[in-house]
Amino acid sequence: MHELSVAQALVEQIDGIVRAHGAEAAASFRVRIGPLSGVVPELLAAAFGLAAAGSAAAQATMELLEAPVRVRCQTCGAETGAAMNRLLCGACGDWHTQLISGDELILESVELRMPVTAAQ
Amino acid sequence: MCDTCGCNLTPGNRTFAYKPVEPGATTVSVLQNLLKKNDDQAAHNRAHFDARGILAVNLMSSPGSGKTALLEATIARLKNEFGIAVIEGDLETENDAMRIRAQGVPAHQIVTGTACHLDAHLVHDALHQMSLEGVDILFIENVGNLVCPASFDLGQHLNVTLLSVTEGDDKPAKYPVMFRAADAMLLTKTDLLAVLDDFDPARAASHLRNLASEAPVMQLSARKGLGMEAWLQWLREQLAAQRARVAIGQSRRPAIQQDGQKLHSASI
Ligand SMILES: Nc1nc2c(ncn2[C@@H]2O[C@H](COP(=O)(O)OP(=O)(O)OP(=O)(O)O)[C@@H](O)[C@H]2O)c(=O)[nH]1
Ligand SMILES: [Mg+2]
Ligand SMILES: [Zn+2]
Ligand SMILES: [Zn+2]
Ligand SMILES: [Zn+2]
Ligand SMILES: [Zn+2]
Repeated sequence: MHELSVAQALVEQIDGIVRAHGAEAAASFRVRIGPLSGVVPELLAAAFGLAAAGSAAAQATMELLEAPVRVRCQTCGAETGAAMNRLLCGACGDWHTQLISGDELILESVELRMPVTAAQ
Repeated sequence: MCDTCGCNLTPGNRTFAYKPVEPGATTVSVLQNLLKKNDDQAAHNRAHFDARGILAVNLMSSPGSGKTALLEATIARLKNEFGIAVIEGDLETENDAMRIRAQGVPAHQIVTGTACHLDAHLVHDALHQMSLEGVDILFIENVGNLVCPASFDLGQHLNVTLLSVTEGDDKPAKYPVMFRAADAMLLTKTDLLAVLDDFDPARAASHLRNLASEAPVMQLSARKGLGMEAWLQWLREQLAAQRARVAIGQSRRPAIQQDGQKLHSASI
């Protein structure tokens, strides 16, 4: 259940951003996750609920962008989709490929709720 | 721009501080790895290793694949050639560290309690509780688990993933995240191959290639001392490569992370 560790790190990151911007709280945030990151989005969302309790991210909703698994062939240059345990070139079948998408574990953005007092 | 997280504040409420603007949402672009704090700590650990010319090797496998047995057999053969130290990660017990100390080299046990993987902070704490004097190779035996240890950089230079022949040759296909992270895959307990008719080393290697991995595959039995020389030779070469890197001020991250790194900086 390492999603809890990841969720705790995520809450800290969001908390830091809320503080750095003098915001009241985070309203929502967007993450991009690929299956080869080893993090299961559903588990992360559940763990986030636990980890965020009492923090500035407690009410924040998670928006998930699922990154597809894609490879670039080093032999023929094609860029194709692939299964996470068969990272072969979809054009020529070679296994000498480079992952170009699918292992992301990225906090893309955070939407902040700014304090009312700033507007007087 | 924000000093603490390097993000961009979209033009919004701030520019019009004296206007009665609607208090509302401001979107901050972040584009950071979720495990940035761990990754930063891992980079710090790697700097500790590089400053001392140490090669750090992270061993991962399912529980009982023979990580500690491999270390015992490796230490017995290399301890007169190199300085060796070990960090052991287990949910409970000092057993593995005691087995290593019985071989005459220092071992620090991390008892993780409930955490099913090591992280860079745990390893850093361990580093500061042990002497790295005279150490050439530091082995980190991760918690036996084929799932999450692969997600946490510890500052190691190399990942070695063990697959014992009793586990089935399809494991790289079932646990692609773990096996993709391997800089070398060791098929262990090969003395048992004779009594297992369904484990095919070539099939295990082909499942690994299907993960676009060029990692060498070595077969060995720590218990019977079979195939150890290729593994020891690989370690010698890796230590020589580490020393050559350190001499010109360079370092190395496990191969998979280099790809990930490129990818993420490209997307930013
Ligand atoms: N037949 C045979 N048994 C082995 C070999 N290597 C290890 N074993 C046995 O496998 C069992 C587990 O070995 P360990 O070295 O403790 O495995 P481990 O990966 O360190 O286990 P954890 O730290 O608990 O995850 C022990 O009973 C070992 O004796 C081998 O080469 N051949
Ligand atoms: Mg062990
Ligand atoms: Zn191709
Ligand atoms: Zn910021
Ligand atoms: Zn874990
Ligand atoms: Zn330090």
